Amino acid sequence: MSNAVANADQEPLVRIQNISKVFGSTYAVDNISLDIEEKAFFSLLGSSGCGKTTLLRMLAGFETPTEGRIYIDGQDVTDLPPYERQVNMMFQSYALFPHMSVADNIAYGLKQDRMARAQRDERVREMLALVQIEKLGHRKPHQLSGGQRQRVALARALAKLPKILLLDEPLGALDRKLREQTQFELVNLQERLGITFIVVTHDQEEAMTMSSRIALMREGRIEQVDSPRRMYEFPLSRYAASFIGNVNLFEGIVHSQDGDQVRVDSEEAGGQLCVRHSQPMTVGMPVTVAVRPEKIRMAQAGDDLPNRMQGVIREIAYLGDESIYHVELASGKRVKYTQPNVQALAELPLTWGQTIALGWHADRCGLLAQ
Amino acid sequence: MGASAGAGALTALRARWRRMAPGRWLVTGIPWLWLVVFFCLPFLFILKISLSEPALAQPPYLGWIRETADGLVNIVVNFGNYRLLWEDSLYASALLGSLQVASISTVLCLLIGYPMAYAIARAPSHLRMPLLMLVILPFWTSFLIRVYAWMGILNTNGILNNFLLWLGVIDQPLEIMHTSLAVYIGVTYAYLPFMILPLYATLSRLDPVLLEAAADLGARPLRQFLTITWPQSVPGVIAGAMLVFIPVMGEFVIPDLLGGPDSLMLGKLMWTEFFNNRDWPVASALAAVLLVVLIIPFLLLRHYESRAELMEDAT
Ligand SMILES: Nc1ncnc2c1ncn2[C@@H]1O[C@H](COP(=O)(O)OP(=O)(O)O)[C@@H](O)[C@H]1O
Ligand SMILES: [Mg+2]
Repeated sequence: MSNAVANADQEPLVRIQNISKVFGSTYAVDNISLDIEEKAFFSLLGSSGCGKTTLLRMLAGFETPTEGRIYIDGQDVTDLPPYERQVNMMFQSYALFPHMSVADNIAYGLKQDRMARAQRDERVREMLALVQIEKLGHRKPHQLSGGQRQRVALARALAKLPKILLLDEPLGALDRKLREQTQFELVNLQERLGITFIVVTHDQEEAMTMSSRIALMREGRIEQVDSPRRMYEFPLSRYAASFIGNVNLFEGIVHSQDGDQVRVDSEEAGGQLCVRHSQPMTVGMPVTVAVRPEKIRMAQAGDDLPNRMQGVIREIAYLGDESIYHVELASGKRVKYTQPNVQALAELPLTWGQTIALGWHADRCGLLAQ
Repeated sequence: MGASAGAGALTALRARWRRMAPGRWLVTGIPWLWLVVFFCLPFLFILKISLSEPALAQPPYLGWIRETADGLVNIVVNFGNYRLLWEDSLYASALLGSLQVASISTVLCLLIGYPMAYAIARAPSHLRMPLLMLVILPFWTSFLIRVYAWMGILNTNGILNNFLLWLGVIDQPLEIMHTSLAVYIGVTYAYLPFMILPLYATLSRLDPVLLEAAADLGARPLRQFLTITWPQSVPGVIAGAMLVFIPVMGEFVIPDLLGGPDSLMLGKLMWTEFFNNRDWPVASALAAVLLVVLIIPFLLLRHYESRAELMEDAT
């Protein structure tokens, strides 16, 4: 017991070490190393085809890595078949057994473990209650709605109370409303059961809402691993910055650095930009300045904003809670700027064709080297 | 009360009749017409012949309606043929023989066909069609020729014996020809495709991700097969078993050509009664009994299945 605790301190629950998977001549997963802590809600985020499912299937044991090792709880499981891993998976297609009732589906894993009948029935009841489908135990999968099937799949994967639950696009087949509701339920479940969740998703909003940590993937590689908040506020690359949320990117060249203030010459921005950045930069190096639309504000005459520019409003997207303004600068570059819609049906303060001044503070934007 | 319920049902039926588009009647009507013309009517003829008396005439049986010399019209229905089937143990043993051959060959076809169907269903997609073609290929030559080919293989002086002698495995030719072993070999060979095709159809529809899900939940390969693959392939097994069992029950070519005096089967007996003894009434009675023997388990199965479905919907 004390041994396990001691182990947990040094070793992450899952250690993925230089894993690659080659199909034919394409690297679906390309030399990924990743540590996942116990009780994390960990998301693998990335666009379609970037290798998320392949990585998850290697954790479950359905694919053998071409190279690299996988450790769970300190044990090398790379060569273990799926039925010997203490890991359960919820499949994207749910993969419910069509010839078994909901209760039998949920009991399936327990039967493989030869759990006693009474105990098994009790666990099935608990699981049905946990996902709030108590009354559906006797139904067959084809008699359920999509949302109910999703719950059965979740209950079946949770029934053995695995250390790690793998979920492949668990909410992908649900409609928007149900998806948002289920996101919170998943988080609650994860916290209540203390099981480590590893979730595959291509939906950045979903990953942001649910995860304690996100690994952003791109073409079989890891782009960045961080908490949702850091991922949003401090993206490390142009790809990460634009994958998650909206962002304005200005290309430029480092002009000078004074302490943590970096000055960047940017033609696109129509002048010099000032960014707070603590790492030392080389003068003359090409960089990108990233600023989120909501960090920009309308500049007034007396404002002390180090970053300022003028432009013409070309498009306005009214989203209900806020509006997005596309402002065209003299360089032709369009800047996105958002404003919350506080007053209902008030005279819109800004209209098409209007010239406005925008600006932001040096600590509201980031500097990207890639 | 019963009458009113019946009348109600009749009105409902009429209303349904009126609602149905004429096109639908055509679609559902064609199989029914087929069944009536090519199955029910011929069977009624056979039933009629089976209840008449044999005669040395053309056709070789007497009609039911006969005028006697004094102008009276008699209807003569003869149950004697059925009594003969009951009393002469020859027919019972032929029935048992057929049941035995049909059951054992069905099991053999299943044991051989299941792994083949499974392998084809799991083969890479570009290999599946060619493999299925190989299964169907024998149909391109006549059934009779294929059975004759087996005679050439199984004969005392046939290919198999010569090969085994040449290998030195045996020093006396094996007596396979004209034994029931030859019948089993021939029947299993001839009917194997009928087992493989429906099995392939169900097995190829089985989603492989279900096996992954089972493995993920801790099931080893054998358990995966027993709990996922097998239960889901049962419809294919039943279809294949019926496609083998039913025709083998009436099979006469294979026992006639490959079998010996001990391989007594209904089909062969029917043939003998019909062509050698020209006893059409007894042959017809045999055919009628065979049909009943085959149809009863089938109906029971249907009944059981629909009951199970009803129970499932009710709970
Ligand atoms: N079994 C396979 N055979 C060949 N290529 C595959 C196989 N599985 C995945 N791939 C390829 O690997 C890449 C990553 O796939 P996948 O992991 O499914 O991506 P994601 O889940 O992120 O959408 C894709 O280019 C895909 O075509
Ligand atoms: Mg995927």
